[in-house]
Amino acid sequence: MKLELSKVVRGCRLGVLTGIGQTGQHSLEVPGCLLYTRCATVPHLTQDTLHTLSSLPAVTQVTLDSLAEHYEVLEEFKEGVRKFSGLHDTALYCSLQDPAATCPTGHITNKTVSVWGSGGRIELTVAKFMAMQAAILPDFYQSMADGETWQANTSRKRVRKAVDRTLAHLDECLILHHKTQELKQAEIFGVVEGGDIREERVRSARETAKRPVAGFVLDGFQSAAMEQDLRSQLITAVTTELPQEKPRLLQGVGRPDEVIECVEAGVDLFEGFFPFQVTERGCALCFNYIIVPDPETAVLESNGESPAVEKLKENGDSSPENMTQFELNLKDTRYREDFCPLVEGCGCYCCKNHKRAYIHHLLVTNELLAGVLLMLHNTAHYLGFFRALREAMAVDRLQDFKTRVLQ
Amino acid sequence: MAAVESGTCERPADMAAVKCLSSSAPLALRIVAECPVSKARACVLTLPHGPVNTPVFMPVGTQGTLKGITVDQLEDLGCQICLGNTYHLGMRPGPELIEKASGLHGFMNWRRNLLTDSGGFQMVSLVELSEVTEEGVMFRSPYDGKEILLTPEQSIAIQNSLGSDIMMQLDDVVSSTVTGPRVEEAMHRSVRWLDRCITANKNPHRQNLFAIIQEMTKRDVPGFAIGGLSGGEEKDDFWKMVTLSTDHLPREKPRYLMGVGYAVDLVVCVALGCDMFDCVFPTRTARFGSALVPWGSLQIKQKQYAKDLQPIDPECQCATCQRHSRAYLHALFKSDTAAMHHITIHNISYQLTLMRSVRQSIIEQCFPEFVQSFMKRMFPSSEQYPSWAVDALASVNITLD
Repeated sequence: MKLELSKVVRGCRLGVLTGIGQTGQHSLEVPGCLLYTRCATVPHLTQDTLHTLSSLPAVTQVTLDSLAEHYEVLEEFKEGVRKFSGLHDTALYCSLQDPAATCPTGHITNKTVSVWGSGGRIELTVAKFMAMQAAILPDFYQSMADGETWQANTSRKRVRKAVDRTLAHLDECLILHHKTQELKQAEIFGVVEGGDIREERVRSARETAKRPVAGFVLDGFQSAAMEQDLRSQLITAVTTELPQEKPRLLQGVGRPDEVIECVEAGVDLFEGFFPFQVTERGCALCFNYIIVPDPETAVLESNGESPAVEKLKENGDSSPENMTQFELNLKDTRYREDFCPLVEGCGCYCCKNHKRAYIHHLLVTNELLAGVLLMLHNTAHYLGFFRALREAMAVDRLQDFKTRVLQ
Repeated sequence: MAAVESGTCERPADMAAVKCLSSSAPLALRIVAECPVSKARACVLTLPHGPVNTPVFMPVGTQGTLKGITVDQLEDLGCQICLGNTYHLGMRPGPELIEKASGLHGFMNWRRNLLTDSGGFQMVSLVELSEVTEEGVMFRSPYDGKEILLTPEQSIAIQNSLGSDIMMQLDDVVSSTVTGPRVEEAMHRSVRWLDRCITANKNPHRQNLFAIIQEMTKRDVPGFAIGGLSGGEEKDDFWKMVTLSTDHLPREKPRYLMGVGYAVDLVVCVALGCDMFDCVFPTRTARFGSALVPWGSLQIKQKQYAKDLQPIDPECQCATCQRHSRAYLHALFKSDTAAMHHITIHNISYQLTLMRSVRQSIIEQCFPEFVQSFMKRMFPSSEQYPSWAVDALASVNITLD
């Protein structure tokens, strides 16, 4: 794969990652997000419903935790998880953990990490990890890593160990990668650890950069773990040490405001799990990201007025946990008789066919269709956000974009 | 139009007092073919939201949605009519809201036909304490514990708000295992309630009201439903009641057998002269991982399918079978709800395809042969043919070797 940057402004990078996939036919615009899946399916969606979405990301993410327990059948199948699952023609990135799931801690050893499948914990050595990659056949994947540094009060010693282990795993993975016939076309990304300790972050970045990897995964920065200010500082310190021409994928961060700040710190790629989290709490993304106003709005704004903006922040007494300022809580009774689409002007299947009152009804009655429709809308909205982000960067209006999104 | 006094029992001699409606009802049934051997017919039923080919299986979309399937997917499967539940929708979100949303069609954005039940069956099956009086059915709402009286007028009012193409009368439902004077009381009361429903119908020109017969009625309605037969009665009694009913129903009106859905039951009851069927079974069983196939069913969650790389049915044309293997669906069931959607789509496809094949065989005058090969495929040997099915088919001159 090759990263072609068209613009770099104060560390923010705009470009295209090309040459991805078996025959190099896929390319992914940067900054961008991956298509999130569980067991190689976009949650709630069959291929019919998935493909009502236009411009899906060229790279789909699969996670080892939902695939590890199916290793045997994948190994016998021999043609990789993309074919096994009936996914469309897409490139695959394989991560170790699912960014939308929290797994128990305390099971990592010097030689192993663990993932949790439906039947319980599965322990992985580097050899086992690599055997799984050979069965999954991703186009690129992260090397095995110890990222368990996100808990509060992780000691310096523990953070250092995470960095050391991860480098050792990377070296082992690289050896096995080159010995594995099935992975000839695949590429491996090194993982930068270091918790919240700047020196360790820098050390991990420098050392990982010395290895022949195709790109870098930034781990241990999960949304829950760290304030954005610290995250931005540490990521900037990390990206300073990394080669400019290789892509940087940040794990565990998906909130729109945090995404923008991380782009400013030099990140190229994000996991696309945020729309799923919003869906699971019965909410719909609706924040505004358009900075090119329609004529009506432009007139209002030039007169010092602003058009009526949905009061998102006060969403009623019982808002779901973790709900952000970027979404509507569709279970709220105020939507019971609301015959508008989720977002006016949104072209997704849900907004073209259904009204808020119907989605509200589906949520109140616990109907499965709620998840389907919300997943479609939230994914469409999130992809639209990334598209608008790239467009803003292309015309040097990132600050206006940021202001609009945070409004 | 002469009104019928309530409290009187209708006899054939009182025909003069009967309301005459069906000439203006928004329904037309055209018989395309009849089986010369059995009582099976293939028809086109024209309703306000389009034509319906019969025999037809109607999937059940209880709360204004078909369990995880979009209306586009339902249309693509070839569904021309599906069900909504008056009881559930009457509770949530309620008739006033649905009326504001332009009826149930507008609320769920389904542009083909809808049939709604009266709300009566749920009371017998879902609700513990229900008491029937001449006024209506009194029961306690499971949503808020309040006592509710559902009268024929209210049932029709809700269904008028829902705007379904076919509405069911509220009938006095007794379990089919009950015998004695209560049964006769229920029959007569159902006729009186039918008259009250007919009077209460605000939209006779765009909504069809079907009568539910448990024995017989000579009311002039656009269609008849045979009800009270999916509650655990013996299969031998079941088929006899079905065939007795169709014997006494007019040929030129559709016969809707309520709550019947297993494949064998569908095929047999088509032979006995039924046109329309509904059942939650195919969609409900899908969510438990049970996939319907011409030779029975597959429990996809079972270990034996973990490495089975075939589709559910290699001959099935549905989106699920075109793309996914049993092994993948087995794996997906451990992770995501989409697994249920895949099986739901397959099961609806199975039911609708079965009905299409039945219909085509009637048109091609080879329905008895179709039945024979259907049974052969479904059961490993003829010793295992259910005896009630053998008897029922024999009663309409279809012999199974």
